[in-house]
Amino acid sequence: MSSDLDVFVGNTTLIDEEVYRLWLDGHSVAEAVARRLRGGVLEREGTSVAVLQSDTRDHYRTFQMLERLLHAPPRLLQQLLFQIPPERQALLVQRYYAFDEALARELLGKKLSKGTKKELDEFDNFKRVFKAVEELRGPLAENIQQLFLLPPALARDYAAIVFFANSRFETGKRRLQFLSFGDFAACAQSMMAHWSQGALGTPKTPKKPQKPQSMMAHWSQGALAPEAAEPDGDLPKSFLQDLKELKVLVSDKDLLDQHKSLVCSALRGKISVYNELEANFKALSRALVNVGGKLTHARDVRDFFVDLVEKVIEPCRSDKWSPGDLRLFLTHYTAAPRNLPGFRHQALWERYMAAISACLLRMYHD
Amino acid sequence: MPGKLKVKIVAGRHLPVMDRASDLTDAFVEVKFGNTTFKTDVYPKSLNPQWNSEWFKFEVDDEELQDEPLQITVLDHDTYSANDAIGKVYIDIDPLLYSEAATVISGWFPIYDTIHGIRGEINVVVKVDLFNDLNRFRQSSCGVKFFCTTSIPKCYRAVVIHGFVEELVVNEDPEYQWIDRIRTPRASNEARQRLISLMSGELQRKIGLKVLEMRGNAVVGYLQCFDLEGESGLVVRAIGTACTLDKLSNTSAFLPACNSPSKEMKESPLVHAPSHGCRSTHNSPIHTATGSRLTQNFSVSVPTLIYTGMGSGSAGKEGGPFKTLLRQQTQSALEQREFPFFTLTTFPPGFLLHVGGVVSARSVKLLDRIHNPAFVGIMGNTRSYKLLDWNSFNSDEPETRDAWWAEIRQEIKSHAKALGCHAVVGYSESTSICEEVCILSASGTAAVLNPRFLQDGTMEGCLEQRLSWQPGFFSIGSEKGEVDFFPQSQDSSSLLGIEEASPPGCGFCHIPYDELNMPFPAHLTYCYNCRKQKVPDVLFTTIDLPVEAIVVGKGCLIQARLCRLKKKAQAEANATSISNLLPFMEYEVHTQLMNKLKLRGMNALFGLRIQITVGENMLMGLASATGVYLAALPTPGGIQIAGKTPNDGTYEQHISHMQKKINDTIAKNKELYEINPPELPEEIIGSPIPEPRQRSRLLRSQSESSDEVTELDLSHGKKDAFVLEIDDTDAMEDVHSLLTDVPPPSGFYSCNTEIMPGINNWTPEIQMFTAVRVSRLSNINPTNQTLNKNFNDLCENLLKSLYFKLRSMVPCCLCHVNFTVALPEDELVQIAVTAVAITYDKNQALQANKAPTEKSQQRASTDNEEQLQFPLELSSDPLSSQPFSPAKEALEGASSHTGIPAAQRATSVDYSSFADRCNSWIELIKLKAQTIRRGSIKTTTSLEKASPLAEGYLRHRSVPSGTNSTVSVVKMTPLSFLPGAKITKYLGIINMFFIRETTSLREEGGVSGFLHAFIAEVFAMVRAHVAALGGNAVVSYIMKQCVFMENPNKNQAQCLINVSGDAVIFVRESELEVLPAPPPAAAAQPAGSAGDVTT
Repeated sequence: MSSDLDVFVGNTTLIDEEVYRLWLDGHSVAEAVARRLRGGVLEREGTSVAVLQSDTRDHYRTFQMLERLLHAPPRLLQQLLFQIPPERQALLVQRYYAFDEALARELLGKKLSKGTKKELDEFDNFKRVFKAVEELRGPLAENIQQLFLLPPALARDYAAIVFFANSRFETGKRRLQFLSFGDFAACAQSMMAHWSQGALGTPKTPKKPQKPQSMMAHWSQGALAPEAAEPDGDLPKSFLQDLKELKVLVSDKDLLDQHKSLVCSALRGKISVYNELEANFKALSRALVNVGGKLTHARDVRDFFVDLVEKVIEPCRSDKWSPGDLRLFLTHYTAAPRNLPGFRHQALWERYMAAISACLLRMYHD
Repeated sequence: MPGKLKVKIVAGRHLPVMDRASDLTDAFVEVKFGNTTFKTDVYPKSLNPQWNSEWFKFEVDDEELQDEPLQITVLDHDTYSANDAIGKVYIDIDPLLYSEAATVISGWFPIYDTIHGIRGEINVVVKVDLFNDLNRFRQSSCGVKFFCTTSIPKCYRAVVIHGFVEELVVNEDPEYQWIDRIRTPRASNEARQRLISLMSGELQRKIGLKVLEMRGNAVVGYLQCFDLEGESGLVVRAIGTACTLDKLSNTSAFLPACNSPSKEMKESPLVHAPSHGCRSTHNSPIHTATGSRLTQNFSVSVPTLIYTGMGSGSAGKEGGPFKTLLRQQTQSALEQREFPFFTLTTFPPGFLLHVGGVVSARSVKLLDRIHNPAFVGIMGNTRSYKLLDWNSFNSDEPETRDAWWAEIRQEIKSHAKALGCHAVVGYSESTSICEEVCILSASGTAAVLNPRFLQDGTMEGCLEQRLSWQPGFFSIGSEKGEVDFFPQSQDSSSLLGIEEASPPGCGFCHIPYDELNMPFPAHLTYCYNCRKQKVPDVLFTTIDLPVEAIVVGKGCLIQARLCRLKKKAQAEANATSISNLLPFMEYEVHTQLMNKLKLRGMNALFGLRIQITVGENMLMGLASATGVYLAALPTPGGIQIAGKTPNDGTYEQHISHMQKKINDTIAKNKELYEINPPELPEEIIGSPIPEPRQRSRLLRSQSESSDEVTELDLSHGKKDAFVLEIDDTDAMEDVHSLLTDVPPPSGFYSCNTEIMPGINNWTPEIQMFTAVRVSRLSNINPTNQTLNKNFNDLCENLLKSLYFKLRSMVPCCLCHVNFTVALPEDELVQIAVTAVAITYDKNQALQANKAPTEKSQQRASTDNEEQLQFPLELSSDPLSSQPFSPAKEALEGASSHTGIPAAQRATSVDYSSFADRCNSWIELIKLKAQTIRRGSIKTTTSLEKASPLAEGYLRHRSVPSGTNSTVSVVKMTPLSFLPGAKITKYLGIINMFFIRETTSLREEGGVSGFLHAFIAEVFAMVRAHVAALGGNAVVSYIMKQCVFMENPNKNQAQCLINVSGDAVIFVRESELEVLPAPPPAAAAQPAGSAGDVTT
């Protein structure tokens, strides 16, 4: 007597966390049943394998029906088909969008718009989030949080992934291998926090057209990002353009010398690597300023992290700077130009350096 | 023009993409009522259109309002081709037609398509303006309230219970019309959905008219069913109990009046007697009616069990004459009615005097094709499908069906009479159809009722009395209520004016007719509770356990399952073979039930429902009931196994092994269900006990004796009924099936009644579910034995699966477990189960068990310490702590809304004189707040013990304009109450019928994927309708039909589901505590006193 049809539907949708995890991990029903058996559920509940199979199939069906909604979490909240308590909904979404950092690290900076790695659900999630926020204005992490109802930390990680995918930073080089996903995510957050349009607090006229209807069609209700400017996933063009102005700090020999003396006098006796600093200041300063100056060209943007590592982190490391030394140096290096006669870009400089400093400090480890 | 229906289409969301090119949809909406259609503008290129339409107004008469559903169709505009339908919403506007229900329907409805399922949602607002109708001869019955609930709804009181109402309408099934061959499946499904919706509306209106004729204003226990008779048509029939209901005032609505029956089951291990066997009589006359050739009339009537007995001759010395008088009264009250039937399963105390036993009747009929050529011709246009008045040309059809049912009801009535009863309670009707054969079944519980509840106007005095008394009944749900109103049984009976006082805890068990003049031999003893009247040794009923019943231990779900092969045959031969099998099946089901009951050490069954399903080549019987140990009845005897061939060593060994197994099981079950009535010395029982010989015999019923042609003797010769001879394969089977029933895992209990006997501390967490299984009987040469085993395994495995699924809710009880069996095809068996799992507080349960139990007369006041604690505390505490002299008034004010029944208290407290004495208004407020708080805190603590507050919270209703509204939670339950909550309003009946069809079965996840999605969709649509009515729960929810058909070869499947229930607003008891004082003082309430949470 075989059961052809076997369903269980609760008014409140039953969600078994263990089965959900097995489903998310891509196990088939048979595999999931085998794993549950190994987990000892049979002994605990005194039931039969048939019951376990039936239960697993029920859950899998539910998850398959839910998946469509999980692709657009706000719909999960509005849909009428499944009655799921809010905390369970949150759990479903959070688990669905959780990802493996090692994989995310590999994908960082790769194109997400067209993917070949179809088999990876996580990659699909990245693509989906990318597509959804690509065109939106306002803070990236907040947009993601609103559109996908993710916990803030997870939303920030996704924002970083989108940011990297947008800017196509090179992260795969061997000399960058020591940097983890967390390092890059932190850098991305700093860059967005300091450099993006929203960070300025003086939104310019939006350059992008209104969100197209097709986009909004997927999300039922509007009122997403506030009236900000361009998407935070793209660094503002005007800002990048302005960064060229900072080249004066290294191209003007007087300024460079004065900058060096200001920094050196401030740091004398305060850092252990004073001599090395004095010897390398110009090279370091050139590297730090030029990294920004190159950001207008997409080709050069790719090398942002490579440059930072190659031209700043590695020299410092070989000179055995301590993280404290670096911090102190960056603080004074950033502050000094205020006292340079004829330097009129202090605000821009500080905005630029705030992110650069944060990135360097995060990246400065073995 | 007695009514104006107003509809506004607000918005849509999550619409499907209809234009592949643009990935968008140009949606507009057609709003149709009767023959009038309005359209909204096209909202171009959006999946979330905002129509914000004007108010579409339909001016219609109220007859139309009752019959017609509002039909909303969402379409995609297409300039070049026909507009594509996205889906439909049918809205039953009936709840808007009576004042006490909903006033507006407003919310998001799933847009449903019979091929694609739910496709987005639409926000709609519906209102009705009714004008006064002065036409006396009107055909409408607006204003009659309908309830699915089979008890007097909470927050109403019954002024008069008028009795049985029934009606049926017949039409041709659109699926079987010639037009169906050329129209799309979608059009056919929609025609069917719309037709059934219309027929339901008409049926309800007609029933309403009957109620008005009876001078009632409501139908309680309304059960509407569809018979899909295939080619011969579609029957929609309904039964119910007409009542005159009075809404309890708002104040009392917040009182325990609406309390959930949480503490009703009493435990009283009172008496114990030497065990006896049990006598069952089986009465099964087979009579072949000499009807016309076409409607060959097979009628098998089986009053399955007759347990009676009335001590008026020997025991009721002074009660005797009165009883006769009483019976005469009842008789006269009931004889005015054609059928003294009541679909109720729970009654006001005092209503049910005695229960006789289960009466049932079945009849096998051959369905005829409806010949109606005129009909088909007019049905030509599929798009504007117009419903015809089937009565005009189909006039003889309903009469035929009516006659069939009338015949069965007549039989039930006569069976009840044979049991000395004038009424049948817990009455229900059902059908099973296979091809052209239809089994009509009716069953109920023969009973003697208190006439005073049934009469209208003739006994004003009594009525008055009852009116004043009634609130007490309603508060019986609350422990506190009982303290005040049922201190002693004497009181309640004297209130009722019954001299002959039967204690409420056992009175209903006392046999209703004369012991000396029994229609069959029965085994009677003196009531183990009051020792004054005679009781049977076992009692079977179709009703819920009366709240006042004294029960020992816990109850459990008992099922008898049976398959019988039948030869495939045509027409009359088929009907004959079915009729011949039926009595055997009834008998075996009965024996199984009895054995299983004994195996659990119990002596009564409640909620008995025997379903006989007919298939092509077999019959299936499934009986479900809840077994309990009634303290009033004797302890059941064991089960003895006997072999026919003694002197065989190994055989004897086998027998004794079996016997041991059975004895062990009984012992284990007694422990599991905590059945340990205290032993009582024999002499206490008093009078001589009739000879405990057991016989089982089939008798013909008195009423049918004249028609009698055959009498079957199915008794086991001279052996005792409960001696199982295992030489006999049937008995072997019995023993086997007895022992294969596995008790639920620890932490689980199950029952098919409203409440689980012996558990009374429910927590608010509930989970209603539906599970469906279809299994293929793979045997090539099936025998009855293998079929039985398969069927048994199927049921047991399904139960096991449920327990596993719900394991996180432990400790919990599956209540109202309702199995339905269907035989959709040759080798397929379909079982559908709907039930609710309710968690309970285990610690409390243990405490309750330890609590000393006393004699029934005092049980009400001593049953649970908490019951007394609270009122006592209240009466002492505020008095001592309040320096004000009029504190008592304040106390009353506080108590009347914190849980003490206020029927005798002033519901409105006059604070004015009190205020004079207060220095300031503020002080008064403070004082009152203090009093209220004090009361509340205590209730909270006592409640917390009883029911730790679970997640339950109320979401505010979504705003219709609905931009970012979250979905409001709607609870669903087959029970008439929600644990830990009070129903404050009934919003109307939910009665929905859906068809879902697919031509891409594999793509939708196979049969399971298809049905899983469909059931989820049905739940969603029920919830959406309830939410739109402003409700937050459906009670008395029932899935009446789930017809599933598949054709895997064609990759097709179709399913029909019919559900119903009562939409309600409930308020958590925990939230009620923070509610303000009674209305008179409302103005003085400090801010923050939340009013009606749900609006």
